[in-house]
Amino acid sequence: MGKWTRRAFISAGVLAGGVVVFGVAIRPGNRADKVRKMIAGEDDSIFNVWVKISPDNSVTAIVPHAEMGQGVHTTLAMMLADEMDADWQQMKMLEAPANKEYANYALAKGFIAGDVDFPSFLVDTVDGFFLTVMKAMNMQITGGSTSVPTTGQLGMRVAGAATRAVLLEAAANAWSVPASELSARKGEIFHQASSRSAPFAEFALQAAALSLPVKPRLKTPDEYTIMGTDVLRLDVPSKVDGTAEFGIDASLPGMKYAAVKAAPVFGTTVKSVDDSSIQDMPGIRKVVNLGDAVVVIADGYWQAQQALDQLKIEFEQNGSETIEQSDIFRQFAADMDKATVDGEEILDFEQGDAISALSAADRIVEAEYRVPYLSHAPMEPMNCTAWMHDNICELWTGTQNPLGFAAEVADALEMDLANVLLYNAYLGGGFGRRAFPDYTIQAARIAAEVPYPVKLIWSREEDMRHDHYRQASISRFRAALDSNGQPTAWINQYVDKHDPKEAPYIPYAIAHQYIHYAESRTHVPWGFWRSVDHSLHAFFTESFIDELAFEAGRDPYQYRHDLLAGAPRFQKVIDLAAEKANWNATLPENWGRGIAIHKSFGTIVAQVVEIEIVAGRVFPRRTICAVDAGFAMHPDGMKAQMESGIVYGLTAALYSDISIRRGAVAQSNFHDYQMLRMNESPEIETYIINSGEKIGGAGEPGTPAIAPALVNAIFNATGKRIRELPVKMHDLTDLDMGSKDVA
Amino acid sequence: MTTLNINGENHDVDVDPATPLLWVIREQIGLTGTKFGCGIAQCGACTIHLDGSPIRSCVTPVSAAVGMEIRTIEGISSAEAGLHPVQQAWIDEQVPQCGYCQSGQVMSAVALLESNPAPNDSDIDAAMSGNICRCGTYSRIRKGIKRASKVINAAAADREAING
Repeated sequence: MGKWTRRAFISAGVLAGGVVVFGVAIRPGNRADKVRKMIAGEDDSIFNVWVKISPDNSVTAIVPHAEMGQGVHTTLAMMLADEMDADWQQMKMLEAPANKEYANYALAKGFIAGDVDFPSFLVDTVDGFFLTVMKAMNMQITGGSTSVPTTGQLGMRVAGAATRAVLLEAAANAWSVPASELSARKGEIFHQASSRSAPFAEFALQAAALSLPVKPRLKTPDEYTIMGTDVLRLDVPSKVDGTAEFGIDASLPGMKYAAVKAAPVFGTTVKSVDDSSIQDMPGIRKVVNLGDAVVVIADGYWQAQQALDQLKIEFEQNGSETIEQSDIFRQFAADMDKATVDGEEILDFEQGDAISALSAADRIVEAEYRVPYLSHAPMEPMNCTAWMHDNICELWTGTQNPLGFAAEVADALEMDLANVLLYNAYLGGGFGRRAFPDYTIQAARIAAEVPYPVKLIWSREEDMRHDHYRQASISRFRAALDSNGQPTAWINQYVDKHDPKEAPYIPYAIAHQYIHYAESRTHVPWGFWRSVDHSLHAFFTESFIDELAFEAGRDPYQYRHDLLAGAPRFQKVIDLAAEKANWNATLPENWGRGIAIHKSFGTIVAQVVEIEIVAGRVFPRRTICAVDAGFAMHPDGMKAQMESGIVYGLTAALYSDISIRRGAVAQSNFHDYQMLRMNESPEIETYIINSGEKIGGAGEPGTPAIAPALVNAIFNATGKRIRELPVKMHDLTDLDMGSKDVA
Repeated sequence: MTTLNINGENHDVDVDPATPLLWVIREQIGLTGTKFGCGIAQCGACTIHLDGSPIRSCVTPVSAAVGMEIRTIEGISSAEAGLHPVQQAWIDEQVPQCGYCQSGQVMSAVALLESNPAPNDSDIDAAMSGNICRCGTYSRIRKGIKRASKVINAAAADREAING
């Protein structure tokens, strides 16, 4: 198959879930040839955009997701290789290019803005089935912990199985034997009766002409040979010797460097720039006023940053300069009150009649919680190298959404998307931050001003002060307890809802529930932050259920366990965590133990945290995590993601606080936006349950339950109930351990 | 013109002596394994060795490194000797996630083991707490250091047995 014909595109695409292929086929012109060049070598045969087989029998999985540390390239390649019976030692991985022809699904900006449900899981019809795959894969977005549940389950596995089927069929034709007598193993096809065997590559060309099965049979877990095993990650060797290339490592001949300072107060613009003070500084090429930011381009990054720091820049005022963090919380509280007074509560979830149940209750428990804004602070600051030449814009960066970024740049510069080429590198952390294209658009706008390539690097200060922040929020609860301490009604009001919808919902059997929220917009830009709304709601709901257990005089684990009687999958997870933590064992003095459970992105996670209080400081010493994601495709990778989510969540719960001062972010770097470090990091044990339920995500579900487990442990140790994060703002010195105060 | 000895090779660079080593190593020499993270010696992503001691290259001016041996992540392994035990342990324990901080982590760990081949947990805390990892790989780093320590000490014992 020297070159793709339109017919080949359609047949391979439509039948194998050929998402991309289908899109290319309906485009006019010779786009197909361009795609072929991007993903295939001269002698390769392409079955569809997910798989290619080379003459040396190596199999390349083309993965439409960014590698930001979650191991997704490896896990997705495993899923494809297993269904295909390919040889893992000969598997390669290629990240799909950010190209409209590759991923040809009309890019819905509303989707990126988060107003479309994602993922929309399995649909039964063939059309619906592939449409779902198209949405997931063609958007090329890595986020929402969807890579394995959606792309892996619906895309990679189907593609692998379908490819295997046509390879067997081609071999059957070549050997004139029934396909049913053939088997495949480690990249070879066997016919036992005639003792024949041959590698996949021998049949690749013939197989490419065959019709791929629409719904190939997928393996059952007992047939897996690669899925569920701990293969070594493909990306790790390059990450121990400095050879892994991140966006910031891009290098082009003649490249210059840019440093940027955006208006500190969100939404304001540059009033004036006085560059007289940097005229004599060496290496300076150009000062660019982007309207909302000022840029210095120089021969080296340090020269650019030094000069930028010297520049006298005045910014316009837009009224936001007077806003303080306390104003924002006051506004939230007022808007929540107002929603209730005006009868404008926005319904989130309702069951039974919670208000009546509450008014008839024996006992009412109330609490209010707060969380601050959070920054992502990935280790690699935002950066992008851009080069505008010959009417094309080339971009080198790390992004969770390559195609979306290219489209945003095309829009911002009023270019044809076909003329924007984006090359994605490894991401030095994503956590949701690299789903927002601001830094890439900025780089493109700078490149438009000069004839040479420019590498734009945000300083850490710029990165922290111009993030898209996890929302600050307030959540208020009222619950009714019966005479046995059982909750009969649960009323929850919070402020500012984003996504996913189910984040504030509870798994507990409480007959009457009323969950509602109020809108309260601020000038602070919002962004997806690891686990998104789950990151705050698990803290709210799992702290409050702990308070109810205390009010009921019950053990917090047993209380949850009993309330989960109707949710056996949850119950198994929390039981496992409690058992492995040796829940009833006595702890040393000044230690405490807390528990929490939360489901997010299809995965249930229970956390038990043991802490020690030393001179008023909280040290998490041990964390026991139980996780049910249906099936762990790569168990060690699942454990790594739990460890990662736990440390990320503990860091935020203990230390992180982005606060607004005079309209801008007060924090600037790791000295005032503190990180959990080696000496504060707990031992982490992770226990996996393969329940066989629908596959869930891994990248985010480790985070939500850790903050409530931590504060519940602090309560257990000190009797002090922490209702506002981060923990560091509370004075835990000189506590009368064992008394029960409230902070 | 300033001469810098990096990974055993001399490089002549023409830069302001106040320029932090980090940027000279990345931009002039083209060794990009050393990473920029914070610019104020808070995160450790830019850790390199100066005469064997781990330092933060983002705040160390070029002028402070003249006449000294500079070692970067690229100088830790070699074609002849293969991977350093720390690097192999990082693979065995599957330490890296995003990987961005790991050059700095490896440099801090190598320096630790060179000065203390059998570190205990508090030695590890002391040596490694200057290196932030946002992916939270700390527990695997700890295991990796202990694994590498065993390999290094076993190799040393073997050498002693042969020589003795």
